[in-house]
Amino acid sequence: MTPSPKIKLIDRVTAINWNRIEDDKDLEVWDRLTGNFWLPEKVPLSNDIQSWANFNDEEKTLTTRVFTGLTLLDTIQGTVGAVSLIPDALTPHEEAVYTNIAFMESVHAKSYSSIFSTLISTPEIDEAFRWSEENEALQRKAQIILDYYRGDDPLKRKVASTMLESFLFYSGFYLPMHWSSRARLTNTADLIRLIIRDEAVHGYYIGYKYQKGLERASQEVRDEMKAYTFELLFELYENEVQYTQDLYDGVGLTEDVKKFLRYNANKALMNLGYEGLFPKDETNVNPAILSALSPNADENHDFFSGSGSSYVIGKAVNTEDEDWDF
Amino acid sequence: MAALVYFSSVSGNTHRFVEKLGLPARRIPLLRTDEPLRVTEPYVLVAPTYGGGNGRGAVPKQVIRFLNDETNRSLIRGVIAAGNTNFGEAYCLAGKIISAKCEVPYLYGFELLGTSEDVTRVREGLRQFWQRQSRRTA
Repeated sequence: MTPSPKIKLIDRVTAINWNRIEDDKDLEVWDRLTGNFWLPEKVPLSNDIQSWANFNDEEKTLTTRVFTGLTLLDTIQGTVGAVSLIPDALTPHEEAVYTNIAFMESVHAKSYSSIFSTLISTPEIDEAFRWSEENEALQRKAQIILDYYRGDDPLKRKVASTMLESFLFYSGFYLPMHWSSRARLTNTADLIRLIIRDEAVHGYYIGYKYQKGLERASQEVRDEMKAYTFELLFELYENEVQYTQDLYDGVGLTEDVKKFLRYNANKALMNLGYEGLFPKDETNVNPAILSALSPNADENHDFFSGSGSSYVIGKAVNTEDEDWDF
Repeated sequence: MAALVYFSSVSGNTHRFVEKLGLPARRIPLLRTDEPLRVTEPYVLVAPTYGGGNGRGAVPKQVIRFLNDETNRSLIRGVIAAGNTNFGEAYCLAGKIISAKCEVPYLYGFELLGTSEDVTRVREGLRQFWQRQSRRTA
């Protein structure tokens, strides 16, 4: 990928002082990201070889294509996306967080190659990469995002970046969660969950910085950015639907994936500080998928809807800082 | 109806959710140098979960500090937690931890800013919850 001349490097570097934090969120997110650091080598992917052997050809093709698509997005975010946010950073610590995000995206991109080399033959991998290069919807999604990264509007770059982190990956993430809910490729799913966890922090942080940027903008700019965000979401959603059909029509999962897309589109909007757009009955994700994502989330925890009367309130115990550190 | 106590970092997600509830609420201060919050009546706590890292650090420090005050701890009646399903087992973990530590029910979990359905259910749920509470103490 040739760098566009429109992406400027920062003009001036001040030595970063982590003892003078301007925005506590920078340190908090840095700590969270470094605390979550992982490498694909620690996931025993080879335990999935047997499971993979039971996949039929259509399932294998689908899975390989999904992972090449994810590889493309992570490559964009690692080499262009997160890096393009650095010149607009408000604090030196924000710059440092973006370098961490960029690096982790490269780890994610490499993880798919670990999955490939463990499970898949070279001709199959090559075929899948060829498919991703030729799939219009996938290329279009990459193009839309790249255009904003190369554009000159810092707020729009953050919106595009949050959409990528919090929305555009999920047509792909759906599939390993689906297999995992059927006890297939469970180690691969463990690796994908690590990626999903990282993307949540990235989307949250970039969305937060977008909102900080909006605080300094005029009401006119804020209105314009809101309209722009929803427009972009629609454009991307339409494209995601096409991409989803291209991938999943053959296995009959398209409608199920679309619910997951809309659920995550709402979360991307929330990360940007907006209310979700799609109503509840269009975002009711298949409970099996939700519980593959988070064992505690198959339904929203809701004590209120139970009778609650049988609950005995006990005596509170003494509590100290250390007690909570588990 | 009794009050809510909540914590929200500068990103303000939990603050936005509490605002949407439209119920009386007091915010746990962000900075150690701020005047600590001391409550005098029973409350339900709303707290975000800090995600990641094998569940460590799931409960924000500020919330821990608030609950380390014995009076504050004695008045908590329930907890509502925010989270993100992307964090897997750590989704809304703060709710579970606070519930176990303070032996009060973990009432509800929601994601990020919460949806309008979350707002409706929590508002209605809290109304009934406090009614039951007042019957219990009557």
